[in-house]
Amino acid sequence: MSFISRGFRGRPRSDADPSRLPPGQYLTTDYPVLSAGPTPHTPLDRWDFQIVGELAEPRRWTWDEFRALPSEEVVKDIHCVTKWSKFDTHWRGVSIDTLLDGVDTSAGYVVQYADGGYTTNLPLQDVTGGKAWVVYDSDGAPLAAEHGGPARMLVPHLYFWKSAKWVRGLRLQAEDEPGFWERNGYNNYGDPWREQRYWGD
Amino acid sequence: MAPETAHVKTIGFDVQGWLGHRAGQHVDVRLTAEDGYQAERSYSIASAPDGDRIELTVERLDDGEVSPYLTDELTPGDRIELRGPVGGYFVWEPAVGGPVLLVGGGSGVVPLMAMIRTRAADGGDAEMRLLLSSRSWDDVIYRDELAGLAGDWLTVAHTLTRSQPAGWTGYGRRVDAEMLTEVGPGPDARPQVYLCGPTPFVEAVAEALVSLGHEPHRIKTERFGPTGG
Repeated sequence: MSFISRGFRGRPRSDADPSRLPPGQYLTTDYPVLSAGPTPHTPLDRWDFQIVGELAEPRRWTWDEFRALPSEEVVKDIHCVTKWSKFDTHWRGVSIDTLLDGVDTSAGYVVQYADGGYTTNLPLQDVTGGKAWVVYDSDGAPLAAEHGGPARMLVPHLYFWKSAKWVRGLRLQAEDEPGFWERNGYNNYGDPWREQRYWGD
Repeated sequence: MAPETAHVKTIGFDVQGWLGHRAGQHVDVRLTAEDGYQAERSYSIASAPDGDRIELTVERLDDGEVSPYLTDELTPGDRIELRGPVGGYFVWEPAVGGPVLLVGGGSGVVPLMAMIRTRAADGGDAEMRLLLSSRSWDDVIYRDELAGLAGDWLTVAHTLTRSQPAGWTGYGRRVDAEMLTEVGPGPDARPQVYLCGPTPFVEAVAEALVSLGHEPHRIKTERFGPTGG
């Protein structure tokens, strides 16, 4: 049960729709960058995206092949565990449903893996059914390296650490496997509406 | 409570039931207004482990929602809600060893200072080098304490990017590869690097370190301060 902080008034309440802001978040119009290490830079002629693990035939696309896939414009609110939220962010990319089209798998979990060694884990059902994309354009321009370019995951219903920057593939697994931040104090699932930031939330 | 610079203050808290922390971790502070409105922000712990007591060093942002409350409103005896410690990656403890290269920009020095203070208190034999970028001599946080600790296991190098005092012989520009080479240690020594500050600072310094041959996975970064785009 929280108590009142003597003398705290807070910012004048903005026009932002409060029902769009998860608990503990504040709205920003900036675009903060947070990561645990230096920004990787993979040349596009060496980039590929793969789906590996629990499926009959691994899938792989080069950059040109990936860009030729059906893509869509996506506009979403995003929520970072460090408390900032940004509404109506614009992206273009490929739906995970498109990438998994026709895949037969018994996997219940997926691990996103990225250049630089970052990983994050999710139940497979959290990236299917129109909930996740691999995006390469942000606000109509190619995604900048410090924001995850050339391509990153977009899984907007969870805290944004569940959307791996510099993503290079998905590994479908029968077992759940905590990723980088999940092993370093952060929640295994990360639902911003239940404020699942850290272990024990 | 103690001022560090014109815009920065250190605040000590006694936290009942505090289970201890490691240098580099942070806490989440939550403020609640009378109408129930809440604001939460994270602050790095500045102090080495010390029983139930922790210190936060807070930079007052003019347009901040939480920092002005902490630096201007809070008085001794007030209570605050905080949660932590948080973070298992950007951490140094004596078992990690050295050599350690700490590079801080402005208030990014706070978690690095926790590491230095931990080393000072706990011994061990890690060698540490701090390269601290500040706007001016008056803006250097922990200036006197760093001067006092500098010696056989700690080297402190300052760069002042906006103005330098008369007779200044130290660095007077943004951190670059040449400065990092002079301050060292070089990549052959395989230092554990901790880099903290505003995003453009961290981005530039990380790139410079990688270009000098430091292994990316030995460079740990924490980017904070005001939400700069």
